[in-house]
Amino acid sequence: MSFDESHGSPKRPSMRTPLGRVRNLGAAHSGTSDFWRQRITGVAMTLLMIPALVIIMMLLGRNQVYAAQTLSSIPVAVILLLFIFASAWHMKIGMQVVIEDYVHNEKLKLTAIMLNNFFSVAVALASTYAILKLSSGV
Amino acid sequence: MVEFALPKNSKITGGKTWPKPPGATELREFKVYRWNPDDGKNPSVDTYYIDTNDCGPMVLDGLIWIKNHIDPSLTFRRSCREGVCGSCAMNIDGQNTLACTKSMHDVKDGAVKINPLPHQPVVKDLVPDLTNFYAQYASVEPWLKTTSPTPQKEWRQSHEDREKLDGLYECILCACCSTSCPSYWWNSERYLGPAALLQANRWVSDSRDEATGERLDNLEDPFRLYRCHTIMNCAKACPKGLNPAEAIAELKLKMVERQI
Repeated sequence: MSFDESHGSPKRPSMRTPLGRVRNLGAAHSGTSDFWRQRITGVAMTLLMIPALVIIMMLLGRNQVYAAQTLSSIPVAVILLLFIFASAWHMKIGMQVVIEDYVHNEKLKLTAIMLNNFFSVAVALASTYAILKLSSGV
Repeated sequence: MVEFALPKNSKITGGKTWPKPPGATELREFKVYRWNPDDGKNPSVDTYYIDTNDCGPMVLDGLIWIKNHIDPSLTFRRSCREGVCGSCAMNIDGQNTLACTKSMHDVKDGAVKINPLPHQPVVKDLVPDLTNFYAQYASVEPWLKTTSPTPQKEWRQSHEDREKLDGLYECILCACCSTSCPSYWWNSERYLGPAALLQANRWVSDSRDEATGERLDNLEDPFRLYRCHTIMNCAKACPKGLNPAEAIAELKLKMVERQI
C-alpha cells in the first residue's frame, strides 16, 4: 500500500521514496540559537517583570513632567529598556514559531515571518525612542 | 494552512448497527471506525455488541471476537497480544494505546469507541499507513556507528553508561506517541515526532556510538527537532510508560551544551 492509495492525507503526488521525502533538503543546522534565546529572554522577562510593573504603576495617572523625571534615573530607564528589548525579541521568536507551526504555504509563511520581524523591530525601536526621549528630557 | 477540519472524503457518515449476539447475557457495546478503500464511500462508525462472558478482557479480545463471530471484514493489525510488538496501536476511548493491553473494563462510560491512530492516512478500518513514520525512524539511522577498529569481542560499555539507555531502548515503535502529538499532526512531513526523536536520543546517549556529533547535526533543525513544544501528549499516550518529551528535552540540552 502506497501513500497514494490511502485516504485522509491532503496530497500524494510525489513518487519520491519515503526516506527521500523525510530527508528532503537536509537539516538546517540552526534552531538552537533561537531556542536558547527564547529561554534567555523568558528568564530575563520574569526577572524584569516586577521592577517594570512597579515603574509603570508609579507612572499611572501622573503627568509627562513626572514621567520624564522618573525616567531620567538611569536604573529606571535601563530596566525599561531591557524589558522592552527582551519582550520584543521573545515576541519575535514566539510568533515565528506559531507561524511556522500553522502556515504551510511557503510564500505566505515567508511574508508573515518578514512582517513579524518588521513589527517586532518597529515596536522595539518606537518604545526605545519613547523611553530615551523622556529620560533625556528632550 | 493547517487543517482544522477533516478532508471531505474523511468525514464520518452514518454506520451500521450489527445485531446483538443471541443468547448473550452480558453485552458490551463497541463503536468501531470503518473505511473500505474499495467501495468509494466515506468512513463510518459501526456498532457491535460483544458477549463479555465469551470473550477475553482486553479491547483486542473484543475486536477478535467481533471478527470471529460477527463481521469477518473488520480489519486491524495485531500480533503478540502482550504489548511487545506494537501492532495493535489504535485510539481507544480518545486515547492512543495498545488494544492488547487496554482492558475494556477501563473504559467506564458507555461504548468502547475505537478509531485508527489519528492524523495518519488510513489503509483500511483500523489500519493506518505508517510509511512516513517508519521512514522517519530510518532517517535517524538507528544502528551503532563507529570508526574505530571493531574489537575482537563486543563493544564494551560500563554499567553506568548502559543505565543511560533505560527509558529509551524499551520503545516498541507503536506510533501512539507521535500520532498523539498536535505538532506532529500539523508538520509530520518535517517534524520527526516523539518516537523517532526518542530513538535518536537512544543512539546519541549510547556511549559506544562514535557518531554523536553527526547525529546531532542531522537533528539540528527548526522543524526536525524544535517543533516539539512540550505538549506532553506523547508521555501521556506511551503504553510502555516512556517519556519521549524528556528524551527530546535531553536532545535540546545537548544541542545547547555543544554551543555554550
